[in-house]
Amino acid sequence: MEQGTIKITIDDKEIWAKDGQSVVEAARENHIFIPTLCDYKSLKPAGTCRLCTVKIGGRFVSACTTTVSNGMKVENESSEIKDIRKSLIEMLFVEGNHMCPSCEKSGNCDLQALAYRYQMTAPRFPFSFTNRRLDASLPHLILEHNRCIQCLRCVRGVRAKDGRDLFGFVDRGAKIHITVDKTVEEAFSEKTAAAAMAICPVGALIQKGGAYQTPIGDRKYDLHPIGSEIESNIEQSGGSHDTKS
Amino acid sequence: MKKSVSEIAQMHQNKQTQLLAILHDIQEQERFISDEVLHILSDELDVPLVELEGVRSFYHFFSSQHRGRYTVYMNTSATSEMSGAFEVMQAFEKHSGIEFGQTTSDFKIGLYKTSCIGLCDQEPAAIINNLVFTQLTASRVKEIVEAMKAGKDLKVLLRQGEGQNKNPLIGAEIFNNIRQKGPLFFNEFEPGSALKKAMDLGSLDVIESIKKSNLRGRGGAGFPTGQKWGFCRAADANRRYVICNIDEGEPGTFKDRVLLTENPYLVFEGMVVAGYAIESKRGIVYLRGEYAYLKNYLEEVLNQMRQGHLLGKKILGTRFSFDIQIKLGAGAYICGEESALIESAEGKRGQPRNRPPFPVVSGYLNKPTVVNNPETFGCAAKIVLNGPEWFRKMGTAASSGVKLFSVAGDCDRPGIYELEWGMSVADLLKLCGAKDAYAVQVGGPSGVLISERQFARKLAYEDLGTGGAITIFNKTRDLLSILHNHMEFFNNETCGFCVPCRAGNAILLKKLEKIMIGNGTSNDLSEIKAWGQTVKLASRCGLGQTSPNPLLTALQNFSDEIASKVRHDIDYISQFNMDFAIEESVKVAGRSPNLRVEEVED
Repeated sequence: MEQGTIKITIDDKEIWAKDGQSVVEAARENHIFIPTLCDYKSLKPAGTCRLCTVKIGGRFVSACTTTVSNGMKVENESSEIKDIRKSLIEMLFVEGNHMCPSCEKSGNCDLQALAYRYQMTAPRFPFSFTNRRLDASLPHLILEHNRCIQCLRCVRGVRAKDGRDLFGFVDRGAKIHITVDKTVEEAFSEKTAAAAMAICPVGALIQKGGAYQTPIGDRKYDLHPIGSEIESNIEQSGGSHDTKS
Repeated sequence: MKKSVSEIAQMHQNKQTQLLAILHDIQEQERFISDEVLHILSDELDVPLVELEGVRSFYHFFSSQHRGRYTVYMNTSATSEMSGAFEVMQAFEKHSGIEFGQTTSDFKIGLYKTSCIGLCDQEPAAIINNLVFTQLTASRVKEIVEAMKAGKDLKVLLRQGEGQNKNPLIGAEIFNNIRQKGPLFFNEFEPGSALKKAMDLGSLDVIESIKKSNLRGRGGAGFPTGQKWGFCRAADANRRYVICNIDEGEPGTFKDRVLLTENPYLVFEGMVVAGYAIESKRGIVYLRGEYAYLKNYLEEVLNQMRQGHLLGKKILGTRFSFDIQIKLGAGAYICGEESALIESAEGKRGQPRNRPPFPVVSGYLNKPTVVNNPETFGCAAKIVLNGPEWFRKMGTAASSGVKLFSVAGDCDRPGIYELEWGMSVADLLKLCGAKDAYAVQVGGPSGVLISERQFARKLAYEDLGTGGAITIFNKTRDLLSILHNHMEFFNNETCGFCVPCRAGNAILLKKLEKIMIGNGTSNDLSEIKAWGQTVKLASRCGLGQTSPNPLLTALQNFSDEIASKVRHDIDYISQFNMDFAIEESVKVAGRSPNLRVEEVED
């Protein structure tokens, strides 16, 4: 065994992982897709969305907050887990107000893309028709709470120059929502708006102006389904993950 | 004399770890916490403004809106409703002229609901400016509201409580209702005796002794205590903490309150023993905000212990030092989860952490931390004193020792029972005088609801493991209303951090409401089962992993009764309810549309 590498199994496929990696990271490096909404690049994993739920040792855990260990056996694409993930996606759709056809993020939205991947038609749950606010008071940024999934990517990833938190979240339970510190100069900048929109997996943070520069139909997930960029790089014979027939 | 925000912050060393104490002081003085206050605190404590907003909005007892010079926190748990809370609340609303959730326009009186306040055996109960009123009636409420309107000190309206509740440092109208004493908690205890014994044994042998006793955590989860202490001691660190979890929030539980009132020396000595065993210097008592009236009394107990050299520097003349600080919560059931409690003690939102790492490795301020229930600490002290064999002789083979049970609901003698593990539910029902029990909630809403068919089951980890809440319902009670109360509780108390618990519990509650208005079908019952299971499996912490239990265990154990509440002749009825959907428009328009008269007639 190479130094610092760890062998784990994901759905009968043995892969090599690096010490300290999360299961999500290890899977990604090995061209296995584990869906995530809240986990993002180098941000500290939060574990809010639970979409990366996998089964390890008979227990359901979030793969983004679970570190690999030698001999670990991970169940990722079983029908049980797929259904849990689909349920979670549907819960998010009924919890907020997601009107894809009129959303600036359509085609670039991770939630929408995952709904396609898990073949959601109509959610099994009743819609909540919740009454949420839209805050367009900042010069460059719109906070569209109707679409927010409380993943906390903005809270963890967008900061003021001095390192201070710019975004936070308030209240609890069903009322939980994100907020922005309007006493900080950076809240008003175009740069923050762009960074916020880029980090938001859905259409909750929208930079004013220029939302329709790429036409619907030509956007990221319109061209390549979510996960395909990870799975398509399979050079070896890992055919089970090749979705093309 | 009013203090400035900066002065209050200064009193608490401008530390974020004291944030809850700071916010308590401000809330108590101003009756709300304004945005301006948060701006000042953000500078004084060097904490981001958004984080302070997050903390203020997380806890029930903090508010950005004025809560009134007198703030009524009325308990709405199931036992409170069963004891006539509805009439009491109506009386509060009638005499003060406002609804619950509001403050009078002269800012004199605020009426607010709150989750279980640990007084299930003497409901309906309310906390008003840290004074506890129990067994409320509509006529007493009239008196109380009049006194509030006149600006009087409400203390004169309090009846005298029982036992140490009479102590002027507590001064609460609370009855201990200790119905059955046992060998452990409510008898003579000589402060210092367990500690002396522990020091004779040596720290490693203390842990060995706890392991041998088979003591398991008394909060409900039942983790082996000796193992927990062993892990914590083995964790490499320069500092370790001992935390006593008095966030007794599970509806139906109140034994920690009584134990802390009548025998705090035993609990605190158990903490010192733990500190000695894991080589810690600092203990924290996390006292739930609902029990704030116990704080001065417990501080005095700690002082007495310091004077007796049982706490502080050079304990019993040795080189061992250990001190305990009391931290007050501010209304949040979730803080009973140990990692959420630690976050809260650090002055943050009480959200559970991702685990691993576990608190024994990385807990308070990321240092190894033992978090135990007060009853567990009490057991530990007595185990050290009397030996593990003494403890193991009691109970069953797999569940050693005794357990405190909080019994409430439909019985003649609600209160505290100290019992050996292994008693059957039926025997306990006989003991407390429950003649016509129909359903028994074991372990609170997060536990199981059992029917007569299971009354032979044993109260023990190997069968019905529990933190000790036993709530009894007789045949006159409406099962669905109880389930609704419990599901509403979880919806109020979920932190909202993860999707299944936040969105899933709201969906389950809605389903139940559909059945309650007569629109349920057998299909809805199978969906509750499937969806409840998803919430349990996918949730991040114990709250979501148990919150569907009221529905799931009722469906299992009262299947016939629940099946009788839904229609079987039809597969599907829409959740859509016209009256509800147009409610807001009706309010705005000031009239109801004429929708029903001319139904489609072609």
